[in-house]
Amino acid sequence: MRAVMRAAAVPLTSVVLGLVLGAVLIAVQGHSVTSAYGALVLGGAGDADALLRTLQKATPLVFGGLAVAFAFKAGLFNIGGQGQLLVGAAFAAGVGFGLEGVPLVVHLPLALLVGAAAGAAWGAIAGVLKATSGAHEVIVTIMLNFVAGNLTDWLAANPWQDRSGSNIIARTPLVQPSAEIPTWGWLPAGFVLAVIAAFACWFVLERTTYGFEVRSVGANRHAARYAGISVGWIMASTMAVAGLLAGAGGAIESLGVDGRFEAGVNVGLGFEGITIALLARTNPIAVIPAGLLVGLMEAGAAKMQFESGVAPEIIDVIQALILLFVAAPMIVRWLLRLRDRPDSPDRRLTLGAGWGR
Amino acid sequence: MSAPDGTGAGPATATPSLGMRGWSPQRVWSVAGAVVLVALVWGFYAWDGAQTTAVMGGTVRAATLLVLGAMCGMVGERSGIVNIGIEGQFLMSAFTAFTVASISGSLFLGVVAGVSTGLAMGWMLAAMSVGLRTDQIIAGTVLNIAALGLTSFFYDRGRSLGQPKYQSIELGPLADLPVVGTALFNRPPLTYLALVLVVVLHVLLLRSVWGMRTTAIGEHPGAAATVGIDVIRLRYWNVTLAGGLAGLGGAYLALESVGTFTRAMSGGRGFLALAVMIFGRRTPLGAYAAALFFGFTTALQGQFQLNDTFDIPAQFVGMLPFVVTIIVVAAAGLFGRMRDPAALGQPYEVR
Repeated sequence: MRAVMRAAAVPLTSVVLGLVLGAVLIAVQGHSVTSAYGALVLGGAGDADALLRTLQKATPLVFGGLAVAFAFKAGLFNIGGQGQLLVGAAFAAGVGFGLEGVPLVVHLPLALLVGAAAGAAWGAIAGVLKATSGAHEVIVTIMLNFVAGNLTDWLAANPWQDRSGSNIIARTPLVQPSAEIPTWGWLPAGFVLAVIAAFACWFVLERTTYGFEVRSVGANRHAARYAGISVGWIMASTMAVAGLLAGAGGAIESLGVDGRFEAGVNVGLGFEGITIALLARTNPIAVIPAGLLVGLMEAGAAKMQFESGVAPEIIDVIQALILLFVAAPMIVRWLLRLRDRPDSPDRRLTLGAGWGR
Repeated sequence: MSAPDGTGAGPATATPSLGMRGWSPQRVWSVAGAVVLVALVWGFYAWDGAQTTAVMGGTVRAATLLVLGAMCGMVGERSGIVNIGIEGQFLMSAFTAFTVASISGSLFLGVVAGVSTGLAMGWMLAAMSVGLRTDQIIAGTVLNIAALGLTSFFYDRGRSLGQPKYQSIELGPLADLPVVGTALFNRPPLTYLALVLVVVLHVLLLRSVWGMRTTAIGEHPGAAATVGIDVIRLRYWNVTLAGGLAGLGGAYLALESVGTFTRAMSGGRGFLALAVMIFGRRTPLGAYAAALFFGFTTALQGQFQLNDTFDIPAQFVGMLPFVVTIIVVAAAGLFGRMRDPAALGQPYEVR
């Protein structure tokens, strides 16, 4: 328990600092801080509807956070969650509306699987390039985000466009009922999948040989190679797993929340995964509460704007502040008078190295 | 984590083989490429002058932003600091440049505000990555996310520039030259400023004491420190000043290229600038050549959308610069002998 508290001290303080500075911004703009934050919490957890919204928002965030956290364990920085999520969302929607007369037990898993596989393929491009040519995954995944944005826009605006009525929006038709992810009261089934995915990531990383190899590559690539681990394979497969997670998040967004894929709707989700993964200290289990926190803020932002007039974009500012404090833990350590121990989890947040090998 | 390769006896000899001795195969290739390019442009110009001029103008316009970002990146990287926050620096300075120009009614004050914002963000990156020794890639990501959040929060949809954006200035008879006249010598002021900065920075980086010291702290900070260079201080200065270049880029984007501010208007060009920097081997002139190439793909995209000669969906043309970047980065790793500064990405701790 003490270990958990010590590990959580910096992230929790960062969240508090972010909220305090956010409050200052709200006050400077002449709004009431208590009514703004009150509405934010009520809008995110005040009743069953609010809770459902929070959990729906949190689902892709947890997947996006896992996509970053998992790659991080191998020393790779996956900024490509955005693109992986987009292709996952688009292809899941494609299978979701395209197949007709298929029973739910086949259709839904198939649509989910295709979305996740599309994300995995997208992530694998960066992993394979990294392993074969040394192309830095940060540059490649950023570029793939833009390629994915264009590709999915084209899919939604041309071959897969909803032609019903007079629709001119770049979006697919609604998915068939047999491909819809159900919602049980306030609990969306997609969130359950997110929790399962988080525990599965923890298990793979901490309790399997593969996970050990991933962590070895992350700790010291050269030592891992010397120990007989195929570093190239680990890097390529880790990026594929990361893409699989983000793609699954996108698929659930299409099949369980939006009911279709629409160009430009999911923009930004992939980047929040970075904040969430770092807030969770790249621990897969901790990604769940981190995702819930951000999900709650996003779910409550509309009510906050309605009741106190604060622009919902304040959420983005608070997130950026939290990320700043988590990423520069020395600020928080100084505030908390914590000693900088060589084995502290912050010390492990290094990617180092340049663009080459 | 490659081992330092024997350079670094002192600042005077610390420059790697960047000199211009002889004709390396690489140089032969670039000259041959340039000749083919000129011939092609001339051919197209003869075939359709108006359209070729439009594409060339678009190329220079897109290249200006990219080369400013690339120069920001290379000053940081030559000092050993990776800057992936250029995108955020562009966005934030475009926002302040636009807002200040709109309120004050002066484009010049807008540029000053944009450059100042760039400097401030450069200082933040330095404070995080040099001072607090945060992982540099994460520090840059913080800048990007913060810029997107702040500019979205303060974005005022109703605000307009309230005056025309920077207009072109003809450089006398040079503007009447065939082929390149309009594209190069009939441009708005910030484009000329950027071109001057390319040349000045090229000379400074490769020929001045400051440039050699910068290379030294990026290649072997420990050795640089032993000959009396204050590594931390120089890294702070370089990363901060480099931010000013990105700030000028943001001001250029808002006040000269587009003439307004929109959400997320940098559109990934801060990231493309990194690819331009790598492609240009971290030299300003090289980066400008690379920026022209990338700018050309952007200009083609605009031109393809205007006429129906080629029936390619806009989204596929839009992918072009990004796909090219991936290929370039992968090819640089596979075939190139490009080497990063040895200490790139590693925090320097005074012991």
